[in-house]
Amino acid sequence: MTDKDLEEIEIQLFLEGIYRHYGWDFRDYALSSLKRRIRACLQEEKVKTISGLQDKILHDPSGMERFLNAVSISVTGMFRDPGFFLALRKKVIPLFKELPFARIWDTGCGTGEEVYSLAITLHEENLNDRVRIYATDMNEEVLKKDQEGIFPLERMKEYTENYLRAGGTKDFSAYYSAKYENAIFRPAVKKEVVWSQHNLVTDASFNEFQLILCRNVMIYFNKALQERVHKLLYESLAPGGFLGLGSKESLKFTPCESCYEVVDGREEIYRRIP
Amino acid sequence: MTPRASRLRPKASYEIVVIGASKGGLQALKTVLSSLSSDFTLPVIVIQHRDKKADESLNELLQKVSALPVEDVEDKYPIRPGRVYVAPADYHLLVEKGSFALSLDEPVQHARPSIDVGFESAAEVYGRGVIGVILTGANEDGAKGLAAIKRQGGLAIVQEPKTAESPRMPEAAIAATEVDKILPLEEIGPFLVGVVKRGGG
Repeated sequence: MTDKDLEEIEIQLFLEGIYRHYGWDFRDYALSSLKRRIRACLQEEKVKTISGLQDKILHDPSGMERFLNAVSISVTGMFRDPGFFLALRKKVIPLFKELPFARIWDTGCGTGEEVYSLAITLHEENLNDRVRIYATDMNEEVLKKDQEGIFPLERMKEYTENYLRAGGTKDFSAYYSAKYENAIFRPAVKKEVVWSQHNLVTDASFNEFQLILCRNVMIYFNKALQERVHKLLYESLAPGGFLGLGSKESLKFTPCESCYEVVDGREEIYRRIP
Repeated sequence: MTPRASRLRPKASYEIVVIGASKGGLQALKTVLSSLSSDFTLPVIVIQHRDKKADESLNELLQKVSALPVEDVEDKYPIRPGRVYVAPADYHLLVEKGSFALSLDEPVQHARPSIDVGFESAAEVYGRGVIGVILTGANEDGAKGLAAIKRQGGLAIVQEPKTAESPRMPEAAIAATEVDKILPLEEIGPFLVGVVKRGGG
């Protein structure tokens, strides 16, 4: 048996242990990126083996919190893929104007950049009284931070460019106030947002939505888990509801491919066939 | 530095080629890819540093000179032989057995895609079946990744720094591991063809 084989066994035991003790289920995460994150934890926690990490995390809930942060946070930006937000503005949001009310689910919202981008877009399309955005993530700590709406000021130049390319019609700086090195977004921006803890891997749906964003979340899952989550998303969409994926994700090779029509192939926006 | 005598193996034992490039990479990649004929049997994965807003125009430029189809990579796409895959801008590209996986983890060496990340994951999954190639670049990304490929018994090839538009990346790779071949840019493509065609070791 090689070191590599042994490591695989350790990873499986470790993930099984975390699931059985804490209920967090990472067993069907994509192994390649999960391994990198686990190895980074070994360094952080100053342990040599995954068995050592397992010992530490199973016996210390604060270790679990650190591990959760290490495996659940990804690095993104506001109006990432401006073309996606432009397509939402042109092809999806106009249809919401015909509805009395629209519910939107932003899954795995992480550090919140996408939620704020979405909320700003809806504001500018004058939908703010008739929509609610349900922003969910499995990590409660991250959700708390999201609600503060504080982002690094140094990134606002890049975000402003993205915002303009995404079809933004106003002065982006009007949405936040600058304080020291922070940009603090105005409370009015997030008025329609409800934050709540939800884990795509283990939790069921909780409503019916006209639009679901699940962007760059499933890239961390293996094929089997992706299929399960696709089923959950499909069942959570109202007939004729929209699904937005990350720009390098697609419904191709998934069992749900035939359940949707393509709204924008480049930006990965789909519509549930009723 | 003279190249060590390499321990080349029969073609059946190599499964995948990974190429890392940064500054000056477009020209270098064109040179390498243009010498791979349409009967080249391995998948070729290209990790080229570029602006995070970059579109797919790199693929189009490479397709113009490549006899092999150049394909975009999307998450979980299958890795198939005889194709060139280009890592998308602003994601890390990793491989699993037979398919790709993307991630939005922190940039490594200020880069996303990072060559280290891609090479290390290829080494992990394909072990001694990996051929790693480091081309021109003005940073040190890829050095750790190439060392990982060597540790797992793969083949490490580096562009001769003198022939690189930016020698730093090849130099760092040569310093980080005992590479099997240091080749002038023009010879890298033909060398790959030779290794893959060689039947008996």
